[in-house]
Amino acid sequence: MIIEAEQLSRSFTVAERGMGRGWARLRRGARTVHAVREVSFTVEQGEAVGYIGANGAGKSTTIKMLTGILVPSSGQVRVCGLQPVPQRQALARKIGVVFGQRSQLWWDLPLEDSFPILGAMHRQPESRWRPRFQELAEQMALGPFLGTPVRQLSLGQRMRGEVAAALLHRPELVILDEPTIGLDMISKESLRRCLDFERREHGTTLLLTTHDMSDVQRLCQRVLVVDDGAIAFDGPLTGLAEVAEARRTMVVDFSSPLPGAALVLPPGAVHLGAEAEGIRHRIAFDPRQLSAAALLAAVTATAEVADLSLHEPDIEDLVRQLYTSAR
Amino acid sequence: MRAYWELAKSSFRRNSTYRLAAFSGAFTNSVFGLIRASLLLSAISTAGGTIGGYSAVEAATYVWLGQALLAPLGLFGSAELAGRVKSGDIAVDLSRSVNLTASYWAQDVGRAAFDILPRGVPPLVIGALVTGLSLPTTAGPYVLGFVSVLAALTLSFLGFFVINLLSFWVVEIRGYWMLYLVLMNLLSGFLVPVTWFPQWMLDFARATPFPSMLQTPVDILAGRTDGALSLALVGVQLLWLAVLLAGTQLMVRYGSRKLVVQGG
Amino acid sequence: MAETKTAAPPAADSSPVTNAKLLRLLVSARLRSQTAYRGSFAADVAGQMVLALTEFVELYAIVHNVPTFGGMTFAQALLVFAFASVGFSIGDLILGETDSMSEVIRNGKLEVLLVRPLPVLLQLMTSDFQLRRVGRLVFALIALAAALFLTDIQWDPGKVALFIITPLAGAAIFGALFVGAGAVQFWLLDGRQFANAFTYGGRYVASMPGAAMFLPLQVFFTFVVPATLVAYAPSLVLLGLDGPAGIPSWTGWLGLPAAVVLWGLMLLLWRAAIRKYTGAGG
Repeated sequence: MIIEAEQLSRSFTVAERGMGRGWARLRRGARTVHAVREVSFTVEQGEAVGYIGANGAGKSTTIKMLTGILVPSSGQVRVCGLQPVPQRQALARKIGVVFGQRSQLWWDLPLEDSFPILGAMHRQPESRWRPRFQELAEQMALGPFLGTPVRQLSLGQRMRGEVAAALLHRPELVILDEPTIGLDMISKESLRRCLDFERREHGTTLLLTTHDMSDVQRLCQRVLVVDDGAIAFDGPLTGLAEVAEARRTMVVDFSSPLPGAALVLPPGAVHLGAEAEGIRHRIAFDPRQLSAAALLAAVTATAEVADLSLHEPDIEDLVRQLYTSAR
Repeated sequence: MRAYWELAKSSFRRNSTYRLAAFSGAFTNSVFGLIRASLLLSAISTAGGTIGGYSAVEAATYVWLGQALLAPLGLFGSAELAGRVKSGDIAVDLSRSVNLTASYWAQDVGRAAFDILPRGVPPLVIGALVTGLSLPTTAGPYVLGFVSVLAALTLSFLGFFVINLLSFWVVEIRGYWMLYLVLMNLLSGFLVPVTWFPQWMLDFARATPFPSMLQTPVDILAGRTDGALSLALVGVQLLWLAVLLAGTQLMVRYGSRKLVVQGG
Repeated sequence: MAETKTAAPPAADSSPVTNAKLLRLLVSARLRSQTAYRGSFAADVAGQMVLALTEFVELYAIVHNVPTFGGMTFAQALLVFAFASVGFSIGDLILGETDSMSEVIRNGKLEVLLVRPLPVLLQLMTSDFQLRRVGRLVFALIALAAALFLTDIQWDPGKVALFIITPLAGAAIFGALFVGAGAVQFWLLDGRQFANAFTYGGRYVASMPGAAMFLPLQVFFTFVVPATLVAYAPSLVLLGLDGPAGIPSWTGWLGLPAAVVLWGLMLLLWRAAIRKYTGAGG
């Protein structure tokens, strides 16, 4: 068992400025915020888990408790068999952490110079970290910019460097906080490929928070959805899609205006509405029942199609739908 | 004009949210005031009563007024503008319909207006209790002192603005900033009154705008200078104001032209 | 530190990473980072030297008006100034980074430091080893040489030992004060300047003849914040002078023990600060 969280809770006391005018505003009150409430879950070795939820749902607070940055207000947590806060440094050798917004690389130095330092910090002799570094550099295609100072790297290049840095010491568990935020498609894909390879090849456990549904689809078999500090869903990705009645949307532009009623749709597709005086139509469909190609064939049979696009459900939508269906 | 007033007001409000910072600054300035006052008093007592025209209580008053005005006058400066030049955000500032220098100045005045109470009053109170203060009993020095403080605030602002504007031409201004800060601290009479300097240093200091940034308003407020001399000193302040203002306007013009030509 | 130390895994076929090797790597990385902007670095070093120069001029501007200042001649006061300057610049060089702890906390850098297998304080020491501050040290050493040339010290083995111990104890005292200043900012995130009263205020006191201060300040800055023990008190012993009521000359030998005690206290405070951040108590 890599992660065991039992009835994990964390609350904060937030100072609030009084609402009055003038000097009355100097008086401050305090309010307790429950960032995480009685969260229980376990993660087995080799699993890849997506930890998703809206902003402020308690994702980063949970991650801080798992990595030893924050003590739980109540409940138990063990990561890699250790207690995160009391055994923080021992734990740091067994896990890799990537914060999407903060760099762990040496900002003014060429990218390659960060790795000897990180290797030494993890007390690994060169004979151990060097081959690993070469392997990672090859997988992430770091070669062309290894000699560039970190501050001059593009976000995509830097994030590839960050992930390589987090994997250098062969951690049992890698925790990634929004690793793909703001990245271009190529960098995203290269990161995902590498993380997936890492898990398959070395049995590394992955836990990532993200806003990007395609991260989860590509990497995780299991998702944990948090809302308002509590776990709202824990299960396989397909299960989430079922619960949330996840649908893809096809947006079709016709050559000439068409009333919505004139569209004849196959089972599994629902007309959501028309825009631009009947030129643009939105059609939702369930990909398990109906393929995009079959839907398109049915639509083109009705009228001439000028343009079309497909949209995946995004995480915020999924989570929202999950709630409307659960309540 | 309305825009500048609003800028000053919002800056006042923004600064008023950092109360802990203001009080801890006042604490530190008071501790430094205690140390500095005791050193100057000890020297004066050894010298037999006065040094550089300052008696014991006058020197103490000098120290405490300096400690009180240090933060409001902005003698530590702000590197905000340099940061905006570096990040390229300066283009946004320049495209606004307000004058760049005037809009930053308005914000600095707003900051000073807030700082004067929480950072200015505690050192004066402690000074009055520990060493006593010698303050004028007529209204004249206070009126002229207010004008002089405003001029000093503007001078101190313009001085740092010049250093900030250097970032149009150099990559990193920290070194220049450091040099400017230490020279200004010394020559403004903040550490010891400029009249305590050896003659050659006094001459050098008087050839710079620095004494106008602190020594002048402190001396006027303390009533050390008579009406005519005070007016003359304010005149010197205004002269330096004109010089620095012309300098910053030239720098803004050439700097923004460089920005347009090179695209930042 | 609260952190559990685990032994390094045995190396299979290469030399294990010793503490010394790790430290060397960290420091050299830091040094290379700084010389990355070469032009500005030169201006920085110059700025630091001028800063040290103005600190000296401040003392000189007072002393040239009086025959003795706090019972010391110019040369004797210069010795105090030089000792304080050497101690402060070494302490600042190694631990000055903790002065901006509130920024490290605010911009989230602390969290990155916390998930690494090294004590946070050690990482801070090596993350911003400010080479430009060497400019200050160079000036301080020149002042020390000048003071030795100008003063008349009756050397004996004890005084030689004291002369060697003094700058090191001074560096340790200022280093500990910087650690405390960093720790305090965990509670007073906006109150960075509060800590400056003890670090930079301590430097100011240390560089002046202590007898020139009010008696309560003498006592406070000797027995609470041991700033006068950095330079003034040992200078009294070396020069064979009597101290004022608040700083008797026997305190000249207290620098090293004071540094040890202060480090112990400040490390406890630092540990409490980290525990406060992780919410583990306090």
